[in-house]
Amino acid sequence: MVLELKVNGERYELDAPVGRTLAETLRDDLGLTGTKIACAEGHCGACTVLLGGVPVYSCITLLHTVGEREVTTIEGLRDHPLVDAFVKADALQCGFCTPGQIVAASALVEDNPHPSSEEIRHAMAGNLCRCGTYPKIEEAIATWQD
Amino acid sequence: MARLIRTEKEVEGRYEDVWLVVDEDALDQWPPGPQEIVGRPATRVTGPLRARGEARYTADLRLPGMLHTAVLRCPHAYARVRKIDFERALVAPGVRAAIGPGDAHVLTAEPGFQGEAVAAVAADTYAQARAALELVDVEWDVREPLIDPDEAVRRGQLVSEASRYERGDVDRALAEADVVVEAEYRTQTVLHNSFETHQSICEWRGNSLDIYISTQFIWGVRDEVASQLGLPPDKVRVVCEFMGGGFGSKNGADDHTFIAAELARRTQRPVRCALDRREENLATGNRNATIQRLTAGARSDGTLVALAGEYVNATGWSGWSAPTDGPMKVLYDCENVRTVLSPAKVNTPPMKAFRAPGFVEGTFGLECLLDELAARLEIDPLELRRRNYAQSTDDRPFSSKNLMECYERADPHWQRRDEVRARSEGPWKRGVGLASQVWYGGGGPPSYAWVRVGSDGRATVVTAMQDIGTGTATAMTQIAAEELGLPLDRVELVLGDSARGPYASVSAGSSTTPSMGPAVRSAAADAARQIVEIAAQRYDKEERILSLQGGKIVSADGGSWPIEEVVDLLEDAQILGKGARGPNPAGMQVLTFGVQVAEVAVDVETGEIRVERVTAIHDVGRVINPLGASSQVEGGIIQGIGHTLSEDRLLDPSSGAVLTPTLDAYKLPTIADVPEIVTELLDIPDEHLTNLGSKGLGEPPIVPTAAAIANAIRDATGADVRSLPITREEMLRALREAAERKQEKRGAAATV
Repeated sequence: MVLELKVNGERYELDAPVGRTLAETLRDDLGLTGTKIACAEGHCGACTVLLGGVPVYSCITLLHTVGEREVTTIEGLRDHPLVDAFVKADALQCGFCTPGQIVAASALVEDNPHPSSEEIRHAMAGNLCRCGTYPKIEEAIATWQD
Repeated sequence: MARLIRTEKEVEGRYEDVWLVVDEDALDQWPPGPQEIVGRPATRVTGPLRARGEARYTADLRLPGMLHTAVLRCPHAYARVRKIDFERALVAPGVRAAIGPGDAHVLTAEPGFQGEAVAAVAADTYAQARAALELVDVEWDVREPLIDPDEAVRRGQLVSEASRYERGDVDRALAEADVVVEAEYRTQTVLHNSFETHQSICEWRGNSLDIYISTQFIWGVRDEVASQLGLPPDKVRVVCEFMGGGFGSKNGADDHTFIAAELARRTQRPVRCALDRREENLATGNRNATIQRLTAGARSDGTLVALAGEYVNATGWSGWSAPTDGPMKVLYDCENVRTVLSPAKVNTPPMKAFRAPGFVEGTFGLECLLDELAARLEIDPLELRRRNYAQSTDDRPFSSKNLMECYERADPHWQRRDEVRARSEGPWKRGVGLASQVWYGGGGPPSYAWVRVGSDGRATVVTAMQDIGTGTATAMTQIAAEELGLPLDRVELVLGDSARGPYASVSAGSSTTPSMGPAVRSAAADAARQIVEIAAQRYDKEERILSLQGGKIVSADGGSWPIEEVVDLLEDAQILGKGARGPNPAGMQVLTFGVQVAEVAVDVETGEIRVERVTAIHDVGRVINPLGASSQVEGGIIQGIGHTLSEDRLLDPSSGAVLTPTLDAYKLPTIADVPEIVTELLDIPDEHLTNLGSKGLGEPPIVPTAAAIANAIRDATGADVRSLPITREEMLRALREAAERKQEKRGAAATV
C-alpha cells in the first residue's frame, strides 16, 4: 500500500504492507531509531510519538490510520528545552524509555506549561521506566523552563 | 610492575580464591569529602545522546544483509519433543535457515520450563521469521510438571546440594532464650523487565565472530562464547555501547546469542536474534520465589541469642542458589546461627541474578522477624538493632562499617512516628517502619583502563566496560578528570568494545565503580606522571614540585602553564597511561550497609496500601557523583516498592503456565506510585579499599525496602504481613489474623 507520511516536517512516500505499525515504519523504513520499542503491545510508552500533537503509542498505531496527521518523534524534538531539563535533572538511567518520556512530556507542557505534581503524574503514568527515574522525571518537567 | 597474587574474589556473595596478576600503582586515597570534581554532582556524560534518541542500542543496529530470527519456545512447563519437522517452514517466504535440538547447545528436545528454546528460524524480515515459526511441525509429549518447591525439596529434586551453615549451638540457645519467635515468610517471583529485551546480532568474518549484544558483561560473553564454540577468545569480539537495562539478567551470552551465531554461520549473513516482551518474561530469568521458615531467640533485654532459618529457593529448572540466608549470617551479632538453604528444581523458568539476589528476599524475612521479636520484647525496633550491632562475623572484620552512624541519622525520621500515626483518620491507618541493609559491593580485580592524552590537552579513557544505565561512565570520567586536573568537559570515555579496550569487570554485584574506578584513577595517574616528567624537563623544574590542577601544570614555587603547552610538544604523539585494579584487603569482608525508614498508609477496610515516604541512608564509602547516586537510590527503592506491593509473576498451579508475561498483567510501578524519597549517603571513604575507598551502590537501595514497608504496615495496623507482594488479599488476611489474635487475648483475659 502506497501512502504519504509527514514526519518532523518532512514528507515521505512509502510502500508498506497493511498491518505495518507506525513504530516499525519509523525505525526500519525511515531510520528514526530514537523511537524505541520495549513491549510492542501498547503497555509501556517507550514508543510514544505525537500524532497531530497528541501522544500515541506508535507500536500499536497502524500506519494506514495516520493519514494527514503530522508525526513528531524525538528526532523532531531534539532542541526542545525538555531534553536539557531531563539531562540536568538526571531524569534518565539506561535511557531506553527516555525518548518516549520526553515526547509525552512535550505534549503535556504544550497544553499546560506549569503542570502541578498531580498533573505530571497523571499525564506521565502511561510511560513506564524500569530504572525508576520517576522522581527526576517529575523534577525535569516541573523545571523545564528554568 | 606486574605482581602475581592470591586473592579472594566476590561476586554477589560468592567468594572464590584466585591467582591474579595485578599491575597497580600505589596511590594514596584522596582526603574525605568532595574534591574538585569527584564528590560533586555531574550530569551524565551520555545524557544528551540518550535523551535525544541518538544513543545507538543493540536494538537500533541494522547490519547490511542482516537476517531476523524467531525462536520456537516450549509452550508447556515440561515436555519432550517427539518429532520436529522444518519442511514447511523452510520453504516459507524469506526463510534462510532453521535449526532445532542438537544444532546449538541452547536448543533442547527436553524442555523443562515454559519458554525454553527448542528451535529457531532465520528469515529476511522478522515478520517472515515469525510466520515461518507457525509452520514448524512439532509433536510434544507433555509431561507432568513439578511446580511446588516444598514438594521438590521433599523429593530431593534440587538444582544443587542444599547448603548448611552453623555457628555456635542454636538448639541450646533457643532452649535457654527468654523469648522465641517463629514465622514463615514468602517472597514471589519477580521479573526483571529490562526495557531493551535480550538481543544479539552475530556476524562471522572469516573465522572471527562479532557479537553486538545488550549485556552487563562484555568479557564474560566473549569467554563464554569462545569456550562453547571452541574459538580462541580473541576471535570473539563483543560490542555493547549502550544498553537498555539488565538488573542482573544480562550477565551471560544466553540462548539468543548462540542461536544467532549458529544461524549466522549457516547463512553466512549477520543474524539478529531479539526477544519480544513475552519471551523476555519467560526465558531471561527472574528473582526466584522463596519460602523462609525463621526462628529468633532473645533474652528479655533484647540480646539475640539464636537465629535459625530453613530456606527454600524456588530456583527453577536450572540456575544457582542465591544467598537468601546471607543477611541472617552477617547482619547481627549473634553467637548461634544455623541456616539450611535448599534450591528447589521445579518446572519454572530459571532464576538469574536480580539486583542483590537472595539478600532482597532474605532481608524481608529477617527484618520482619526482628520487628515481630521487638513487639514481643516490647523494645523499640531501632533500639533492638542497635543492641545487636555486629562488629565482625565469622572472625572476619569489616573493611569499614558505619551502620551505627546510619542508625543515628535515621533517628529523626524514626521519631516522626507519633506524628505519622496521629495522622491516621477513618479507615486509613498510618505507621512507620524500618529495616537495615547489608550487601556486598566491594568489586575486585581484574579490571584495567587506559588513558590517552593528546596534544590538544584532552584526555580519553579507554576501557572495554559497559554502562548499563547506572551512570558509571560518568563516574569514570569524573575520576580521570580529577586525577588529571582537567575540567570534566575535556575528558571523554570510550567503552563497549572488547577489541578496542582492556578487560573490564562485570556490571553486576554493585561492582563497576569499585572495580573500574581504581583502575581508571591509576591509569590517569600514570598519564599525569608522564606529563609532569615532560614539564619538568621543559621548564627545568623538579618533578616533585609540579602538579596538574585546573587544566594547568602548577609549580609549587609559583609558575603555572596551560597543560596544552606541554602536551603540544608531542605533536601527533600521545601520552598513554595504563592502570589496573589492585586486590581487596586480605581477610576482610567488604560490605555495604544502610537503613531505610518507610511511612505508609493502609486502608483497613479495603486493604489498599500507599507508601508515602521512604528515607534511605546508606554507607557505600566515597560517593563519586552525588547526583547519579541519588538516582540509583531512588531507582532501587521504586523497584523495591514494585516488589513489595504489585509485581508478581503468576503461574497456573496445575499446568505451570506463566499467566503474566505482558506489562498489562505484570504490574510495574508507575510515576503515580512513587512516594517522597529522601536520600542520605554517608560518603565516608573505606580506608582499606583501593585508591578510592568507594563501594558499589547499584544494589544496596533495593535491599531493605520491602521489609521497611512491611514493618510500617505492622506499625500502622498491628497486622503481620509475611508474604510478598502485599496485595490487598494478603493485607486483609493479615488484618483478620491480627483481629483474631486480639480476640483470643481478650478471651483469655476474660477467662482469667
